Amino acid sequence: MTIPLSYYVTLSAVVFFTGLVGVLIRRNIIIILLSVELMLNATNINFVAFSQTFHNIAGQVFVFFALTVAAAEVAVGLAIIIALHRAKSTINVDEFQLLKW
Amino acid sequence: MEHLFFFYFALVIAASSVLVVALRNPIYSALSLLIMFFHVAGLYVTLHAEFLAAVQVIVYAGAILVLYLFVVMLLNLKQDERYHRQWPAVAAVGSTLALEAIMLTLLKGPAATAGPPAASATAAAGLGNTEALGDVLYSTYLFPFEVASLILLVAMIGAIILAKKDIVVSEG
Repeated sequence: MTIPLSYYVTLSAVVFFTGLVGVLIRRNIIIILLSVELMLNATNINFVAFSQTFHNIAGQVFVFFALTVAAAEVAVGLAIIIALHRAKSTINVDEFQLLKW
Repeated sequence: MEHLFFFYFALVIAASSVLVVALRNPIYSALSLLIMFFHVAGLYVTLHAEFLAAVQVIVYAGAILVLYLFVVMLLNLKQDERYHRQWPAVAAVGSTLALEAIMLTLLKGPAATAGPPAASATAAAGLGNTEALGDVLYSTYLFPFEVASLILLVAMIGAIILAKKDIVVSEG
């Protein structure tokens, strides 16, 4: 009756892989940040599923902290995007080659 | 029955996360991510993590996604012809979220009365999910909790400094 843990892990892997592909193939920097959010949510699904399976609430506490870090990451990341857009008037990552040599 | 709910949520989560990556317009990607956040919250409800479901909707769908949409609007102002036909997007997002609301009502309505209470992480202690989480968070994990507030403070200061315009010297 109850759902096996492997289903949740599979779902989490699918979502994480989608986010990884998004980070690698998209050139729009906003979509790259959205894909990072996908990966964070995939790990959160795993944490809650394992917390439920092993009857340990520490996994849910960790999701709480991951959420805090995600909020901080979004605030700083979007500020960096605004600063980059102000400097170069574009949000295509191919245009930012300052640290490449 | 539980499998039906799980496969519904899993299907919508996987489909909307693929759409986030595949769609060309960043607004539609963000709206697809909104659907995904709501269904992850629904999945948390099926996993008896009700507090996290509420926090997921409030923080992710309420705060983070609105921040994204603000930045998309701020940076893409020149292509305003994209926003003329809004009704299809509104209808798609609205109908998906309405369907999820119906599914959650079906899940919590009969299941709460018919079946025996499922063995959850908190049922042994006789506490609700929020009480159990707060109990652990303010005792065992008190120091990480304080550090998390420091992270938020640093992120706030960093975002303000990074995004503020340079002060024009000639005016002073």
